[in-house]
Amino acid sequence: MENHAIEFRGITKRFGSVTANNNVDLYVDKGTIMSLLGENGSGKTTLMNMLAGIYMPDEGQIYVDGKPVSILSPKDAFDNGVGMIHQHFKLIDVFTAAENVALGINEGKYDLKDVAAKVTEICNKYGFDIDPAKKIYDMSVSEKQTVEIIKVLYRGANTLILDEPTAVLTPQETSKLFSIMKTMKEDGKAIIIITHKLNEVMEISDVVAVLRKGEHIATVKTSETNPQQLTEMMVGRAVELDIARKDPVNPVPRLTISNLTCRNSDGVVKLNNVSFVANGGEILGIAGIAGSGQKELLEAVAGLNKIDSGSIIYTPEGKEPAELVGLSPMKIKEAGVALAFVPEDRLGMGLVGGMGMTGNMMLRSWNKGKGPFIDRKGPEKLAADVFEFLEVKTPHIDYPVRKLSGGNVQKVLVGREIATSPSVLMSAYAVRGLDINTSYVIYDLMCEQKEKGTAVVFVGEDLDVLLQLCDRILVLCGGEVSGIVDARTTTKEEIGLLMTSVGGKEEN
Amino acid sequence: MNEKTPFIRIAKREDASKKRIWTVRIAAFAVAILLGMIIFVIAGANPIKAYGVMITSSLGKKSGIKQVVKNAIPLLGTGLALAPCFRMRYWNIGAEGQITMGAMAATYFALNWYSKMPSAVLLLVMGIASLVFGGLWSAIPAIFKSRWGTNETLFTLMMNYIAIGIVAWLQGGPWEGKPGSQIIPMFDKKAVLPKLFGVHCGWVIVLLLVAFMFVYMNYTKHGYEIAVLGESENTARYAGMNILKVTVRTAALSGAICGLVGFMTASGVNQTLQSGVAGGVGFTAITVCWLAQLNPFAMVAISFLLAVLSKGASGLQTTLSIPASISDIITGIILLCMLGCEFFINYRLIFRDKQAKNGKEAA
Amino acid sequence: MNINIIALIRAAVLNGTPLLFGTSGEILTEKSGSLNLGVEGLMYMGGAFGLMGVFYYDRAAGAGANAFVAIMIAILCSLLAGMAGSLIFSFLTITLRANQNVTGLALTIFGTGLGQFVGEQMRIKVGGNVAISNGLKVVFADGVFPKAMQEIPVIGPLLFSYNIFVYIGIVIAAVMAYIMAKTRKGLYLKAVGESPSTADAAGINVTRYKYFATVLGGGISAVGGMVYTMTIAGTVWNHTGLAGEGWIAVALVIFCLWKPLNAIWGSILFGGLMIMYIRVPIAFIPSQIYKIIPYIVTAVVLVIVSLRQKKEDQPPASLGLPYFREER
Repeated sequence: MENHAIEFRGITKRFGSVTANNNVDLYVDKGTIMSLLGENGSGKTTLMNMLAGIYMPDEGQIYVDGKPVSILSPKDAFDNGVGMIHQHFKLIDVFTAAENVALGINEGKYDLKDVAAKVTEICNKYGFDIDPAKKIYDMSVSEKQTVEIIKVLYRGANTLILDEPTAVLTPQETSKLFSIMKTMKEDGKAIIIITHKLNEVMEISDVVAVLRKGEHIATVKTSETNPQQLTEMMVGRAVELDIARKDPVNPVPRLTISNLTCRNSDGVVKLNNVSFVANGGEILGIAGIAGSGQKELLEAVAGLNKIDSGSIIYTPEGKEPAELVGLSPMKIKEAGVALAFVPEDRLGMGLVGGMGMTGNMMLRSWNKGKGPFIDRKGPEKLAADVFEFLEVKTPHIDYPVRKLSGGNVQKVLVGREIATSPSVLMSAYAVRGLDINTSYVIYDLMCEQKEKGTAVVFVGEDLDVLLQLCDRILVLCGGEVSGIVDARTTTKEEIGLLMTSVGGKEEN
Repeated sequence: MNEKTPFIRIAKREDASKKRIWTVRIAAFAVAILLGMIIFVIAGANPIKAYGVMITSSLGKKSGIKQVVKNAIPLLGTGLALAPCFRMRYWNIGAEGQITMGAMAATYFALNWYSKMPSAVLLLVMGIASLVFGGLWSAIPAIFKSRWGTNETLFTLMMNYIAIGIVAWLQGGPWEGKPGSQIIPMFDKKAVLPKLFGVHCGWVIVLLLVAFMFVYMNYTKHGYEIAVLGESENTARYAGMNILKVTVRTAALSGAICGLVGFMTASGVNQTLQSGVAGGVGFTAITVCWLAQLNPFAMVAISFLLAVLSKGASGLQTTLSIPASISDIITGIILLCMLGCEFFINYRLIFRDKQAKNGKEAA
Repeated sequence: MNINIIALIRAAVLNGTPLLFGTSGEILTEKSGSLNLGVEGLMYMGGAFGLMGVFYYDRAAGAGANAFVAIMIAILCSLLAGMAGSLIFSFLTITLRANQNVTGLALTIFGTGLGQFVGEQMRIKVGGNVAISNGLKVVFADGVFPKAMQEIPVIGPLLFSYNIFVYIGIVIAAVMAYIMAKTRKGLYLKAVGESPSTADAAGINVTRYKYFATVLGGGISAVGGMVYTMTIAGTVWNHTGLAGEGWIAVALVIFCLWKPLNAIWGSILFGGLMIMYIRVPIAFIPSQIYKIIPYIVTAVVLVIVSLRQKKEDQPPASLGLPYFREER
């Protein structure tokens, strides 16, 4: 029998008191695409990072092509024919594509022209379109990912690991990537794709390995399984995938946004002529490829992003409509507009990692009251309430939130925002990195707010969730509204199409 | 386990115990003292005797203690001034220049207004002038930092030399006393800080500053803003804080206190203005502040220790004729050891044989 | 006003040479992502140890002292002193992950102290100024090219009339520029300074590159200190020491936008600005104001660079930050 391309035996990795991987036995064969499935925090990326030489296992042994190997550094990984495409690209901004590729090579004469020629060769073989002399900072996300793949192929890797490669891609780019993966598979390469999107698992992979809480649950053939079974393995028990969505009661316009245009800090237009209405008692979902203007839209409403033109009319319950454009973030917040934004690193915005729960509650109230001193009593009580009602797991209330697990961090953030009883609650990626159970706690909180009459704006990544949670879905594409659809009647395909084409312009 | 496993691996330590923290720090200090002994041996002195001289000449007599306090005042004052900047992760290494500008502003009034008002008023005016000038000098890089992201470490560094150059010019030009002397005239008695227990009353001011800084950093809205901004600019914006205002205000406060230190040194110690009024205090204070981990009370202890060293070293020069620059060497060694030892508090080392054992157990 | 342009340029070049070493060394250091603010201390150490080496060689060899050997001793002593100093810095910041700014400043305190101490000790031992015998003195100041070449009008004094360190400095900067632009090692070094995690993932030994660049860079900077004492200060140690040369070198790194070739003309320009007050006295600009021009110019460059936001002109992206692979 042919050797496995890669085999893990008894791999354990700990970070301080947290066990990220526990006694994992797992293998993948050549010419196979394996999905590594698991919720965030299940140890997928950590396991792969050990194969890529980023981390070292505390216990256990990795075999490549049947031989025990010791991978202490990324270089060792390359020497063993393993290449990883990380979720956060490992590229150097001020270098060209060719220079980035050349970084990984340590043999032969150093000749950038030669590298560029070979890059073009690889491009032709697999159908990429990359200019080797282009600087990374001038590239789109998908181009950067292509450079990453070229880097790995250039080195002649036999095993490729892709860490959530589709998160940043359009559906078209995704299908292109998948066809490339199939070509590589036919080349005899072993491919591991880390993902938590079930539809992708079903579409691309031959086998699925499921991790849960750092342990390997099972490896099954894709053809012999189904999404429901995979979900159960991932979560550990049967999960009801339904969200209790009630019909909106008496929706009234709360936010009326017309012709909103803004730029980001580099002066690039990120929102172009955006108009829509968010109603009280309704959840408005916002869909779009990452970076389509979701962040800027929410920040613009919250007063955090400068607005070029347009208006945001806010109509609180029983009050006169008021213009929000031009008000300070503080004023907007005091008027009842809350923003719970969970950035990629979870802590970069909205929370102060080094402070405890009390310190983080103060973010909302720090300038209340007269005089130079800060009030701690109110935030302390709020922290205690959030701690109790949302069951935040923390050693004590002043324990730095940075050291809490992702789910608990988000509970602190969302809990604080809801505690202000806002009349507009905007949340972005509120369930990012959460396990399914905690995600549902958050969804329930959103629904609860909606039933109270709050206008909820929910920016999400997972279309399935948006379809089940929201009442209407606004789709952003390249900073423009490409459509607003009824979540109850639309389909994923329709939204997918809207995500990539503005207002049907490309339909003819 | 295979042989390629490195002999030592490094891992982050979550929460080191108090006991461990202090054991490590005391050990580092002991190492520094031992290294200092080697320096003495190389210099041809008996290290025990040398340390003895350092202690007796600084703490053994009243005049020594007075000098120590005098040396500690600017170090402590400047260390305190820098604390909010560092909490904000704003690298103000321009204390040297801010001290100089503060001293310059105070000197202007000392030279020109001494005949117009009583001593107390004059000193008050000088103090205010030094606060304003130190603050303004420090605000300039802060404005550029928060507006355009100009690197403040390098900018504040440049501002030091510009400030010192300006005073050097005043010293040899417009403010020169006797033509050709390159010296600014001595202050009138009215412009000299009065003494309290034999040392100019600056020590009372810095002790008050210790309390002020402790409260300011921990219990005020400003302190909270600074802490949030230091953690994340995005979060600060999100919380409705005005980044520009907080940055500039904090840098200005820091510079103002540095300016006040300059006033105290010029008026209380030198009784005139020299381009070297800061004399490296601005740099040494950065290490004081950092080693104290921004804790005002710890700064008292550290600045006192460094002051003992420098006074002790001048004792060495007179009794054992060892160059006083040895105090800088020993100060440097202590600082480097203390900086290095933090590693053993924040990280732990994992040795290979221990790891191998774990591996076997698992197998 | 009678200004001898050729003499002015000559003086600028000679005066800029210690800066050229200091700056080239610090560029190498900063390219690897280490911000070593201890240059002043390193240059002090280089100045003192370089002088000490030559001084003792002079005493031991007496009249038989060889010019070449003396120069090599000077370079070697200062280089080793600087490398030792920056090894301390590297160990603390790279291995022990101490804060770079603070460590650099502590190194400055230590290095200036040590430099002064060594210089003072020599002075005490000799009982007066540490002086090198006249025979050796000229070795450091004299031009390396034959008299005939030096006497070619205009070109001679401008290009061929300098002491050996001027040419060594230019060669070092040029070689560094070549390595960074054209070799794999240079690409790796830049990668480490821009993004250590990326370099690490590419299989580059980040720690080794950082150590190498920082230690060698510190050594080169320290040679600049020796060049200062042996040429500008006239082979004696005086109590003012190096008077801020190291800080100007740090400033010059910014002015040069981290490019070694710019350091060549940049150091001449700064060297010129530092002596302008003697050579080109303008009545209404006092000499002390001349002296701060380099700092003002650097501050302005710093501001312009941050305003323009041109990616290529920015400091190495990881400058001043520690790197730990398993950071989560």
